[in-house]
Amino acid sequence: MTSAPVPVTGQTAAAATAERMPSRSRGLFGRVLRSPGGLFGVVWLLIVAVCGFFAPWLAPLDPLQQDIANALSLPTAAHPLGTDTLGRDVLSRLMYGGSSILIGILIAIGVAVVLGLIGGVVAGYFGGVIDTAFSKVTDALLALPGIVIMLLVAAIFGTDLTPAMVALGILLSAQFFRLARIGTQQVRRELYIDASRVAGLSNVLIVARHVLPNMIRPIIVQASLTAAMVIFLQSGLAFLGLGPPPPSPQWGSLVQEASTQIYVFPWLMVPTGAVMILTALAFNLIGDTLTDSVSPLATKASSLGARVRRSRAAASPVFDDDAPLLEVEGLTIGFPRTDGDTLVVIQDVGLRVERGEVLALVGESGCGKTVTGLALAGLLPGNGRIVDGGIRYRGAEVARADESTWSRLRGSEIAFIAQEPMLALDPSFTIGSQLREPLRAVHGASASAAKARALDLLTKVGIADPVGVARKYPHQLSGGMAQRVAIAIALVGEPRLIIADEPTTALDVTIQSEVIELLREIVRDTGAALVIVTHDWGVVADVADRAIVMYAGEVVERADVDEIFPTPRHPYTAALLRSAPRVEHAGGVLPTIPGSVPPPAHWPTGCHFQNRCALATAGCVEAPIPLVQLSPSRTSRCIRIDELTRKVSA
Amino acid sequence: MTVIAVEGLEVHYKQRGRPRARFHAVDGVSFTVGEGETLGVVGESGSGKSTIGRAILGLAPVSRGHVEMPYAGRGRRARAAALQAIFQDPYSSLDAQRTIGQTLSEPLEVQRVPRAERDRRILELLERVGLPANAVERYPHEFSGGQRQRIAIARALVMDPQLVVCDEPISALDLSTQAAVLNLLQELQDEFGVAYIFVAHDLVAVRHLSDQVVVLYRGRAMEQGPAELVCETPLHPYSRALWAASPVPDPVAQRERRAGLERATAVSAAAAAPPPPDGCPFAPRCPTAADVCWSTRPSRVEAAGRALECHLFDSDSAHPDAGRGVELMGSAPGAAPAQPSAIAPRSTDGGSR
Repeated sequence: MTSAPVPVTGQTAAAATAERMPSRSRGLFGRVLRSPGGLFGVVWLLIVAVCGFFAPWLAPLDPLQQDIANALSLPTAAHPLGTDTLGRDVLSRLMYGGSSILIGILIAIGVAVVLGLIGGVVAGYFGGVIDTAFSKVTDALLALPGIVIMLLVAAIFGTDLTPAMVALGILLSAQFFRLARIGTQQVRRELYIDASRVAGLSNVLIVARHVLPNMIRPIIVQASLTAAMVIFLQSGLAFLGLGPPPPSPQWGSLVQEASTQIYVFPWLMVPTGAVMILTALAFNLIGDTLTDSVSPLATKASSLGARVRRSRAAASPVFDDDAPLLEVEGLTIGFPRTDGDTLVVIQDVGLRVERGEVLALVGESGCGKTVTGLALAGLLPGNGRIVDGGIRYRGAEVARADESTWSRLRGSEIAFIAQEPMLALDPSFTIGSQLREPLRAVHGASASAAKARALDLLTKVGIADPVGVARKYPHQLSGGMAQRVAIAIALVGEPRLIIADEPTTALDVTIQSEVIELLREIVRDTGAALVIVTHDWGVVADVADRAIVMYAGEVVERADVDEIFPTPRHPYTAALLRSAPRVEHAGGVLPTIPGSVPPPAHWPTGCHFQNRCALATAGCVEAPIPLVQLSPSRTSRCIRIDELTRKVSA
Repeated sequence: MTVIAVEGLEVHYKQRGRPRARFHAVDGVSFTVGEGETLGVVGESGSGKSTIGRAILGLAPVSRGHVEMPYAGRGRRARAAALQAIFQDPYSSLDAQRTIGQTLSEPLEVQRVPRAERDRRILELLERVGLPANAVERYPHEFSGGQRQRIAIARALVMDPQLVVCDEPISALDLSTQAAVLNLLQELQDEFGVAYIFVAHDLVAVRHLSDQVVVLYRGRAMEQGPAELVCETPLHPYSRALWAASPVPDPVAQRERRAGLERATAVSAAAAAPPPPDGCPFAPRCPTAADVCWSTRPSRVEAAGRALECHLFDSDSAHPDAGRGVELMGSAPGAAPAQPSAIAPRSTDGGSR
């Protein structure tokens, strides 16, 4: 089972090595050492391990050597941590005791990890009867009283604590089993597992290559947290007098001895207690450091959920209904970079939406259309912020409004519909309660009025059985039905502006056409305006009145839909239109746009589209290209419009 | 040369809470695919289109019927050499923790291809799918969706298989990237003579590559025949609904198609009744459904160069318009169909906006 990367030759090899990611294990270990807590944990455990295993050479005195004259002494030069009731050196006894604690941890955790991991992976991977059987066994293990079992084992096997630690490992394996089982079940659903099965890999190889690597981190975290617990359990046994007989230095027996002197000589408890606490803390700190890195998803979600705290609190917006519904000018959005600078991802975007109008924002992924849509709803992710420009909603400037203003706007004026409807729905509440709750909380409806309105909204979005659907939970709905429900929720506040981010991309064509028809009806019936973000020209043709084409963070063309399809006035629009697959192209080579959208950090100085444009000249490279007004309804960001016009009409 | 022959394929699943009742995800589908040919499989989610591919790949159980690849060997390794897959989601289909080189060498290792030969093949294929050679040392997160799908294509073709099941390989991609991936699949087919089973949810996507097309609805092949016939002049009411639902990038043509769509479906999917157990599964949404459609499963008939499961085309059926299917549905799907005798036309608002 070789897994070494394929060697490449010459220059490419050098380039490849330079870009190579740090290996997984190095990343994991490096992460622990970089954080202060993790560093402390590792250093402390090393100290305990070295002192424990090399105690015969390192310890200042023999742990059994008695010195009755100096019994119960506070720290002195000869006894840095004092002496016990028989005048034995506490430091030396602690050092000798460290090794048996660590060996105990290794045995217990080792047994638990091996049993739990094997059982959990097998149960999670194969499922079915094996899964049921294994799960029942671990349920039973979890129900057993640990300390009682260990006492029993210790009683049977006598002074050797190894069997008790093995028994503890078996009991603890239930936790690792559950972890490994859940993790395996999740990985099992990934398509790369299917791909490996199709490639002909045996189950053993699939588990070793694709499943186990995903288990390493959570298992190490669990192991380090459990290790802290094992310290106290093992010491507990020694405290009770089980395990190696009295003169032998055990942390637990040190505590036991200290407890007998607690009123006479309380100091004796201090060094032992401190060492035990620090050791447990070390394991916990290492575990914590790793936990932070275990679930990148969790951290991503929380950063997405975090809202920018805007410094200037705006007063409640004052609307002016002679102004356009939405007017955006010079909107520039940036994200802070690690080096402290701001990375601009949206540059100088201007747009205008009138009441009852449908505007499409079109472009490939990475052109900034979704970020623009989010900004219009005050939902910029993470630490994204508006660097420049303004958003005027009904004449009121809201670009720098605070979160409470935005949340009021989103409750009653502006609605947002996401690509993935399930994200908008809370899995733990019924559809009905999710519709009723904002009606009651934000709009002050009575219980019965909210219920009637909820059913009314569900009917309005074309759901045949509103009463039945209101009782369901989100996971019981199909994708199309969930998107209808998400639209119903968006309609709760009777919005004047609906922002829909790729609302049909995740749906089947038949369902897509129904959802678009629904959005058209809503616009027609309620007079709301719709801004729809999409990459599908078919959707644009189907629903929009006007289109704005975005490329690499900029608006490159703006036009009425009836004009833009027959006569695109920007090379990017023209190329994007040509590349839409149609039945007419059958069999032949489909037109494509060479290259890809440059990421924000690599935008060229001149026209952002220059590298992929067939018409690019020296003039396109030199300086930023301004937007040119072609007619009252059309603008284009291209200096070669004349040639383009000729080429398209030719 | 027949690469794969599928006969009466059925895939059944247990239903939660009802141990006796079995859900038929695929319900009697047959087809053959020859060397260098492409079969398009089209349908909505829940139509069983992906399940067919998974059953062929051995990832779903074949409950009844046969799947045969006459020129492929038996056993896990021989099967893997002849049959590969490209999945829909290029994010989930590559293991994020392994380099592209490791991912691509996996199928070759299974076939015990020597190391030097593996490296040569991998570099050759990377170049062929348009990726730089240094990709072997990089990880999936360093690539865009379109590039990842190219990597998945390279993985599928690295063993020079006879057949690749492409399960919605372009659905998760940008439109501009879709065209490039379709072109690549076409070029590779011309070059290697590989056969494809191309699963997609709309007719436009399959039309480009396919020679034959199967339109599936709830596990049954509603219409099946040459791609140009099925995709350009669909006859089955369901195929016509599917055709009309796919928007055209042209506002004028799309307005006409919208108007046609309102005639092509009687009831939206959200409002439709559940399909009758013994009848035609599309009956609840079909604008031409009659009593017989609710009570009797249509038999398979040949009409206008293709196979159809619909009472309209079966002159022996009890449908009032039995045998008049081609006459009623033969016009272009966007246009108004000829007047059926028994069914009142559905009121429309003429597609006004």
